[in-house]
Amino acid sequence: MPEQLEQPNGRTSADAVGNAGAGGAMEFAATEAASIGQATAPSARARSLWSDAWHDLRRNPIFIVSALLILFLVLIAIWPQLIASGNPLACDINKSQLGPAPGHPFGFDTQGCDVYTRTVYGARASVTVGVCATAGAALLGSILGGFAGFFGGWWDALLSRVSDIFFGIPIILGGLVFLSVVTNTTVWPVVGFIVLLGWPQIARIARGAVITAKQNDYVQAARALGAGPARMLLRHIAPNAIAPVIVVATIALGTYISLEATLSFLGVGLKPPTVSWGIDISSASTQIRDAPHMLLWPAAALSVTVLAFIMLGDAVRDALDPKLR
Amino acid sequence: MAEAVLQVRGLVKHFPLTRGIVFKKQIGAVRAVDGVDFDLFQGETLGIVGESGCGKSTVAKLLMRLEEPTAGRILFKGEDITRLSGKALKAVRRNIQMVFQDPYTSLNPRMTVGDIIGEPFEIHPEAAPKGDRRRKVQDLLDVVGLNPEYINRYPHQFSGGQRQRIGIARGLALNPEIIICDEPVSALDVSVQAQVINLMTRLQKEFDLSYIFIAHDLSIVRHISDRVGVMYLGRIVELGNEEQIYEHPTHPYTQALLSAVPVPDPEARERRERIILAGDVPSPANIPSGCRFRTRCWKAQDKCVTEVPPLAVPPALREVGGPAAHESACHFAAERDCAPAGG
Repeated sequence: MPEQLEQPNGRTSADAVGNAGAGGAMEFAATEAASIGQATAPSARARSLWSDAWHDLRRNPIFIVSALLILFLVLIAIWPQLIASGNPLACDINKSQLGPAPGHPFGFDTQGCDVYTRTVYGARASVTVGVCATAGAALLGSILGGFAGFFGGWWDALLSRVSDIFFGIPIILGGLVFLSVVTNTTVWPVVGFIVLLGWPQIARIARGAVITAKQNDYVQAARALGAGPARMLLRHIAPNAIAPVIVVATIALGTYISLEATLSFLGVGLKPPTVSWGIDISSASTQIRDAPHMLLWPAAALSVTVLAFIMLGDAVRDALDPKLR
Repeated sequence: MAEAVLQVRGLVKHFPLTRGIVFKKQIGAVRAVDGVDFDLFQGETLGIVGESGCGKSTVAKLLMRLEEPTAGRILFKGEDITRLSGKALKAVRRNIQMVFQDPYTSLNPRMTVGDIIGEPFEIHPEAAPKGDRRRKVQDLLDVVGLNPEYINRYPHQFSGGQRQRIGIARGLALNPEIIICDEPVSALDVSVQAQVINLMTRLQKEFDLSYIFIAHDLSIVRHISDRVGVMYLGRIVELGNEEQIYEHPTHPYTQALLSAVPVPDPEARERRERIILAGDVPSPANIPSGCRFRTRCWKAQDKCVTEVPPLAVPPALREVGGPAAHESACHFAAERDCAPAGG
């Protein structure tokens, strides 16, 4: 593999020479170095931001750990029977709130259901809500906010006022009104509702980031070269405006999973027999003194999931910033 | 002299001032550029100097069509490019390129140097065949005095002077005829300024470029320019060759400006007479009637309030001839014994 021949940070030896002379000294060395560089043919292939970022990520332990965790979560969300043999809806009221027992390592909940099985099966609903709602809100928010920031004018004014309206809706009240009329028992109405109320937050961040990036001279330089709006947006503005969106979106993911829990607790979110961490956490939270194990496991699963996504977001954001290499 | 590659006629840019949020009402305009005329000849450097806020950079943006002019015409080799759009504008952009002031914001921090200098070829694929581009980018790096091996590096790994070289390489990529330099060295250290200026002079000879060199540093403009235009409040007030402007200025504003240039010789500094202008530059939203310099001019008379002095060779000086006979927008243009400018 040609990569192995390079230095650990992936730079060629010529770079190391250049780095030795700092600031003004490099300026003087440059002309001299140019004549040397002329002789040696360029060895490395052309690199771009994305290939460099991927090169970095593969060597980042935080990325590897969080990516493996997320992969595992996705796997058990699709096939919970891989690690849990029981039935999350097979409950024995005689075992209500009992602690760990052989074959039931996490104990039982109020209904006498196995907490381990329910935690594993709960991943599907929670991860679906979290990932889909975040993806939807981030996509919608960054596209609308990005266009508003880039084009400005009446489109920006209209979008800012519309997002103000959505900001004005109290999320719990909105949930009660909106979701109580929905009879569908799948996760999708909840996902839709969260996207509907979540996009303005991302749109504002994206709009601000795009406005900041748009003012830079390199965007003007691209325009002076004859670049169209698509090239300016995708090549120059988006890569420089995406970092805050990634941060806010990964934090929002945790909020959305707990929002699903809140809505489920109020009876308008997911409805039994759907199994979700949110439902389990809210039903266990009243019993925390008598049976803390009921709260501990679904809450721990939720925390680890949120942490994994935040770490992934952080690693991706850092990899996309060449200054941190 | 050679033919004019760029002719600017009555160039005007007004930025409207509005009041109200929903029903916007125009209450005035900032007259950033207010009637600028000049010619740029093949292979020459036209320097444009002036204080901050006099409209220098707006002229650069208008010439690049980064801003839409309110009025006036820009002719590239006789073709009016002021109203071009789409493909025709894109084609003209190949011939007019720009070097920006701030080397720290003019390069995209998330693109490699190869991508930055190669972008012109991506936008204008006809300029270089695909397989040839990488080599061309390396040639350009070599031309501006950077190591071609640096192609995979990012801008933050370079010093200010090196970044400006990258910016120049990007400007050169499409083989333009005109390069507009908007204060290309004012963000750099003095030692590096000279290197970049010398590079630009060398490139001008090598590629037969015409430069419009915008700056506020009088000595640098003198060093690089064949002709110099002095701007005040959105207009060129005096235009002539280097000797005419620096040794024989006839406009009171140019004289005041030159008298402020530091003189390295202490004895000469004692003897020279500095012109201290009274008051501030008027707001470009509220430009004085007649001659725009009259509010600060020691020669101002009634005529200056009512009549706008045209930018032309003053009749009185034309009769005398010599270096003082050059374009000067003043009713009372005359040479004055002022200390020679430094630089």
